[in-house]
Amino acid sequence: MVEPSSPLETSRRDFLAATARTACAAGFFGTALGLWIGQARALPATALRPPGALAEDDFLGTCARCGLCVQDCPYKTLKLAEPGSGPTLGTPYFEARKIPCEMCSDIPCVAACPTGALDKSLKDISKSKMGVAVLVGHETCLNFLGLRCDICHRDCPLMGTAITLERSHNLRTGKHAMFIPTVHTEACTGCGKCEKSCPLEEAAIKVLPPKLALGVLGSHYRLGWEEKKKKGSALIEGTIDLPDRGYSPGEPVPPAPERNSQGGFKEFRP
Amino acid sequence: MKPRIPGQAAQARHGWWKASQWLALRRAAQVVFLGLFLTGPLIGVWITKGTLASSLTLSILPLTDPLFALQSLLAHHSLEGKVLLGAGLVLAVYALIGGRMFCSWVCPVNLVTDGAAWMRARLNLPEGVTFSRSSRMWILGAVLAVSALTGTVAWEFVNPVTILHRGLVFGALYGAGLAWVLVAALFLFDLAVSSRGWCGHLCPVGAFYGLIGRKSLLRVSAIGRQTCDDCLDCYKACPEPQVISPALKGATRGLGPLILSGDCTNCGRCIDVCPERVFEFSPRWMDRKSKDVSSQTTRDGTTQAAA
Ligand code: SF4
Ligand code: SF4
Ligand code: SF4
Ligand code: SF4
Ligand code: SF4
Repeated sequence: MVEPSSPLETSRRDFLAATARTACAAGFFGTALGLWIGQARALPATALRPPGALAEDDFLGTCARCGLCVQDCPYKTLKLAEPGSGPTLGTPYFEARKIPCEMCSDIPCVAACPTGALDKSLKDISKSKMGVAVLVGHETCLNFLGLRCDICHRDCPLMGTAITLERSHNLRTGKHAMFIPTVHTEACTGCGKCEKSCPLEEAAIKVLPPKLALGVLGSHYRLGWEEKKKKGSALIEGTIDLPDRGYSPGEPVPPAPERNSQGGFKEFRP
Repeated sequence: MKPRIPGQAAQARHGWWKASQWLALRRAAQVVFLGLFLTGPLIGVWITKGTLASSLTLSILPLTDPLFALQSLLAHHSLEGKVLLGAGLVLAVYALIGGRMFCSWVCPVNLVTDGAAWMRARLNLPEGVTFSRSSRMWILGAVLAVSALTGTVAWEFVNPVTILHRGLVFGALYGAGLAWVLVAALFLFDLAVSSRGWCGHLCPVGAFYGLIGRKSLLRVSAIGRQTCDDCLDCYKACPEPQVISPALKGATRGLGPLILSGDCTNCGRCIDVCPERVFEFSPRWMDRKSKDVSSQTTRDGTTQAAA
């Protein structure tokens, strides 16, 4: 090692060494911060973003964590994530089972947002996509058990479009109908009212962030029947249509079973 | 030996008010700035909505933390005009009055770290670990780089300034949450690990505001520097003592009495604690060079010869 020739050179070397040390420390800090960000970006399944929120990554890069949306929500639905509470620190969210969104027609939360993290192009609250309701408790939902609870259906602000009761046969009794609460994802806003009002100890219907609730078809998937409709004729011409066994096209369809005066089936014997 | 507490000598000579006026005004300002945000949540009288990150005062004045805006833009997100306007206003004001006035007059963390320094002086604790003052610049650089690389506002994942402010405005600090632990950790860090460690060496928010205010018009001037008797009280009281020397001791090197470093927080504590009344606030253009300091009149009216 060469001895430094002058005190000036020593201090220059010290300076360079100190700078290199600080630069390394900063690099270490940056890496740690980056790793932490990777961890802390996860959104728990119970946390829903306010109406109009951008897609999660854009939202996290745009939201100032200012809380203006929270303060302008008249129902105290929204809150800011505190350290340790789950969603990314400082960002606004709500939990359906605690306080759902009341779908204000003037959408004050979106109006208050200064950054654009809540998109002002959302003018009609029924077009919002905060989440999607999913009936997860097929073994506990009272309607699945054959009762008439219907509460989620009746509490839905978009009753009849976002959620309907679909009739099906009760195999347990063999003679009753079941009214299955059925969510239509294109209409459901994810307001959370249904989850809030489900009377079970743990809600059978849950509102999840859209990404968790929805399946997505592979982009190369084509639905044959849709394609056929678009084309207006069979997709592959000249295929042979073999006759279906036990049924030939000209034959009459067997008549529907007859009903008695109480609405039951005549030939049914309990 | 009892530690020499800066300010006591000034108080003995000039009374409590003269030895504490800027500190008192600063504490009042900190309380008022917090109060603007707190009257709404606490008593329902809304003056300023939001938090320091972005706010709306009296339903008309939007203000935004320019460091947030910078990170978001670096992360390739587009912000709405309102938030850019707010960031521009904040930038302009601090560029005029001194960026780090945010630190000493507004930021709530200052109350915590000043508290640690206050206790430190009384317990006469050793300096502890020392970081380079340039660390914060490197941290700021790292924060901006991580924002650009991860496409998000990196500092907001850990920022103690907004954690504390949010905790006060939204109530996390009134319960027994993790927010408390973070504030306590910051206090203990400054008290037991490193003197003025956070605000003086590491915080990238302070570093950023320091950069904004490098050419600010409002400065502290060691205008009466020839009467300095080297008691060192100003150095002990100052959160950024490295800024004092060029102004106070630079006469022989031809430097003016103005404290020019952007690190100076314009807290005015040096003005308070100096028993010789060397310092005062001064506009930037009043940077008299050493030659015309030679026959200045001191406060008690006597004319002093140059040292
Ligand atoms: S739409 Fe209304 S209730 Fe729903 S989050 Fe916004 S302000 Fe709150
Ligand atoms: S108002 Fe907008 S920027 Fe502020 S916390 Fe809500 S979503 Fe984020
Ligand atoms: S979340 Fe539930 S209540 Fe709200 S729209 Fe969807 S189905 Fe209806
Ligand atoms: S409220 Fe709950 S139990 Fe009742 S029908 Fe809906 S999901 Fe089932
Ligand atoms: S250095 Fe950072 S934490 Fe300290 S007062 Fe300034 S902005 Fe606040």
